[in-house]
Amino acid sequence: MTRVGATIVLIAVLAALVGPRIARFDPAAQELAKRLDGPSATHWFGLDELGRDIFARVLAGARISLLVGIVVVSISTIVGTLLGSIAGYFGGLVDEAISRVIDVLLAFPGLLLAIALVAVLGPSLTNVVLALSLIGWVGYARLVRAQVLRAREFEFVQAARALGATTPRILARHIIPTALPAVTVQATLGMGGAILAEAALSFLGLGVQPPTPSWGTMLDGGRTHLLDAPHLTIFPGLAIALLVLGFNFLGDGLRDALDPVTGRRP
Amino acid sequence: MIGFLARRVALTIPVLLGVATLVFSLIHLIPGDPAQAMLGESASPQDVVELRARLGLDRPLIEQYGRFLRGALRGDLGQSLRTNQPVTAAILERMPATIELAAAAMTVAVALAIPLGIAGAVWRGTAIDHAATTLSLLGISIPNFWLGPLLAIVFSIELGWLPVSGRGTWAHLVLPAISLGAALAAILARMTRATLLEELREQYVIAARARGASRARAVLRHAFRNSLIPVITLIGLQFGAVLTGAVITETIFAWPGIGRLLIQSIGFRDYPLVQGCILLIAVTYVGMNLVTDLLYGLVDPRIRYE
Repeated sequence: MTRVGATIVLIAVLAALVGPRIARFDPAAQELAKRLDGPSATHWFGLDELGRDIFARVLAGARISLLVGIVVVSISTIVGTLLGSIAGYFGGLVDEAISRVIDVLLAFPGLLLAIALVAVLGPSLTNVVLALSLIGWVGYARLVRAQVLRAREFEFVQAARALGATTPRILARHIIPTALPAVTVQATLGMGGAILAEAALSFLGLGVQPPTPSWGTMLDGGRTHLLDAPHLTIFPGLAIALLVLGFNFLGDGLRDALDPVTGRRP
Repeated sequence: MIGFLARRVALTIPVLLGVATLVFSLIHLIPGDPAQAMLGESASPQDVVELRARLGLDRPLIEQYGRFLRGALRGDLGQSLRTNQPVTAAILERMPATIELAAAAMTVAVALAIPLGIAGAVWRGTAIDHAATTLSLLGISIPNFWLGPLLAIVFSIELGWLPVSGRGTWAHLVLPAISLGAALAAILARMTRATLLEELREQYVIAARARGASRARAVLRHAFRNSLIPVITLIGLQFGAVLTGAVITETIFAWPGIGRLLIQSIGFRDYPLVQGCILLIAVTYVGMNLVTDLLYGLVDPRIRYE
């Protein structure tokens, strides 16, 4: 399953990098006379409500999805790891303050806070990334904090401290690396989560705005044509589901490989 | 036990205060003048000044905050800008629809997940397990904003069995409930499989088998019952995901609940109503987490002494 996941992700990355160059049609080019035409030998995924080639738009949408995933996960991982390790290592008031912020952010279920933030900041790609990063770091911070609380009692950490290593060095060289396997798994699963969240926001009209080809926006456009042109809904949704499934397979595989308990199980 | 209850309830108060603070701040995160943003660019300066005064935005921030908190405690969240209806009344009007949908989705999820999870654990490593695991991963990966329209295409448009949108009869509930419950079913099935596998390795299951209990009895009467605690906890914790998912599902199926009200309010820039919906969903979520926590403490005495 890990290989399947890795293959799907690799194909998506290739589609995002070279897809728009090899696609036969421009994702913005319109053929109004053929609008809503179904899949054919020329237009593999058919045409949308403005006569644009859906295959070209799905390829172009991969760029947006992966871009959002990479940026959101990078920001969340860095901020979460930093704040989580500071909270776990120093404890006391610093830990209390960071932990209370985490508690409040976790009191908002899933996408709700992102919806609220984008609602007030205005719908755009930048605001989607901002909103998803603002809620995304929390998971990493909690994970890293727990790992650091455990790791700071390890003998090699105490030895480094006794040898006079500075706090930033202890954190960077000795403590944070112990949390990296868990962070890697969370980041892989987080890519799927961020892609799904961006698509959901765009579907609700709160994310990427037309005419930029995003899978969520394409699905939103397909809603009014469920009766006469279901292909508008089927292909972008399939792309989202496959890519998220790919990251979930990969994350699951990584967790099994990196977890000393489950890794040994047959 | 009373000490445990008091501690858990006390821990919730600062979280609720933080939630209310964040919801209050939302209106001040609007770029530029919030009153101008709500009325649009074409609004007259007079209208903007009036709205600012009506919402109290011309008062000092600390006073606005105090008013918001006092209002929230009394259940007074202001008035809708579009309909002038009290926000609380507008939300309460839509609440039964959302509760109905959430309850149906959770029922669908449990009904699908438990047999799937048990099958995966009992026939571990077989084709049945692989099928169950793949189904679970599919359930997690397929977004409900895709599953919903797909179900509508097949069961409403192609087969004509179920209505495509709206609320009224049981038939209206089927597609939204499946669309909303599928992801939860997938998560629950994975959890059921994992916890049941742990329990099946325990000595008491082997002892039950040695005493002559059938395999089915050892699994269902002994191991499964013990694996239920974390599963029930997860159901409680996933309630929030169901509420957020309802925002999307209600939008797809034109289901007249709080989620749809939220999205409509965003469209109309009716920010008092947006704040009210967000606050209510978050507070319900915190409440559900508290209840789950308390129940968990009730069932498992070890939790109380942590």
